[in-house]
Amino acid sequence: MVKIIDYKAGNAPSVLHAITRLGCEAVFAVQPGELAGASHIILPGVGSAGATMNSLHGMNLIPALEDAVLKKRIPFLGICVGMQILFEHSEEDNAYCLGWLKGKVVKYDSSKVRVPQMGWNLVNLAKSPLGAAQDDYFYFVNSYHAIPEHKPDIWGVAEYNGTFTAAVHRDNIYATQFHTEKSGEAGLMLLRRFLSC
Amino acid sequence: MLTKRLIACFDIVNGMVTKAVQFQDNINVSPAEEMAGAMYDAQIDELIFYDITASAEKRHIDIEAVKKVARRVFIPFTVGGGIKKLDDMYEALKAGAEKISVDSMAVRNPQIISDGAKAFGSQCVVLSTQVKYTGQTPSGYEVYIDGARVATGMDAIDWLRRGQELGAGEICVNSIDRDGTLSGYDLELMKAAQAAVTIPLIASGGAGKPEHIKEMFAGTQAQAAIISSMLYSPRLERNYTVCELKEYLLQHNIPVRPVRV
Repeated sequence: MVKIIDYKAGNAPSVLHAITRLGCEAVFAVQPGELAGASHIILPGVGSAGATMNSLHGMNLIPALEDAVLKKRIPFLGICVGMQILFEHSEEDNAYCLGWLKGKVVKYDSSKVRVPQMGWNLVNLAKSPLGAAQDDYFYFVNSYHAIPEHKPDIWGVAEYNGTFTAAVHRDNIYATQFHTEKSGEAGLMLLRRFLSC
Repeated sequence: MLTKRLIACFDIVNGMVTKAVQFQDNINVSPAEEMAGAMYDAQIDELIFYDITASAEKRHIDIEAVKKVARRVFIPFTVGGGIKKLDDMYEALKAGAEKISVDSMAVRNPQIISDGAKAFGSQCVVLSTQVKYTGQTPSGYEVYIDGARVATGMDAIDWLRRGQELGAGEICVNSIDRDGTLSGYDLELMKAAQAAVTIPLIASGGAGKPEHIKEMFAGTQAQAAIISSMLYSPRLERNYTVCELKEYLLQHNIPVRPVRV
């Protein structure tokens, strides 16, 4: 069963609709015990890094998440802020995050580009266990972007005031800065591949 | 690179998509989720729904309609109309909308912008505003509310700036002078808007043919264009498909997400 972390600020319902459309079953998880038996875990994200971390702490979900993802190696997908909080620190709210991946999250320079970035951007995805390399358009809404310290963690890149990291992958952890669940058929296809891993 | 967005905009009355000319004489077109589904299949980039009578009838937005749309389309969509407080925003987001548009209500209670941005993030709050050139304000542009029927005396360009300060993530500028006229977007208005704010702008009002969209994107910094009549209005001699519009824009070097076959 696919478990979607629902911390009441995110886009969890949209992710659920997308998974249902793909013919899979998913349920929301709001308590640590509800992660038990997960085949896949999805952490959606809308809102700020600080608020998201506070919610996860408040729900006491972090130890259970780390057990499931880092120890049991259950396939994990982070979306948008759900990707950003995988890093050590975010400039947004000066938030200390999960630190599963080395690196930090910084803001786009609003004197150079309109912030937030909002719309469909062309992403170059490298080959991964989810499939061959591909270029496709995905939907972004973000003011901040991750700078991974370990370059091999970078799975996809796109351009917005220079090249930025649009997706990361390491072991069983996948994460996209773009909204996979709102990126039309390209997004659904990526989600389908994640659910088959 | 980030592409320019084409946003199909629907006015909803009793679950039906309607089309008005300068805010009057709505005519029914088809059920909201059907139209949304057809637009999704045609690969439109984004959708906006205005429950245009919700405010006037003092009722909440049609949540059931939002849910039906959310199960059918997997692209971002915004809803507006009848949003008065934070709970209304939460209900619409929970039903599957990405963004909430605030218009007249934000003029009456600007705090709804900052409250919404704090609770759900700036990206969820779209400030929509109805603008008319009256020459009665410092910029000449004036904000209208309540279906563009009531003048406020507020300077429209100031209002956009304030909306950004309050935390709006995006601004949709609708030209009352051009709305439904099919004579092209108000480029001067968009230029005044883009100089005032740094958040993304959506141009609205006046699109009647592909050239209008091209001219707007080539001549302003707006990142998105609202199109409605030209897609589906039965009053028009000719409607355009999303594919036709995107191919035309790509031919004229306007970056848009191409339609996949």
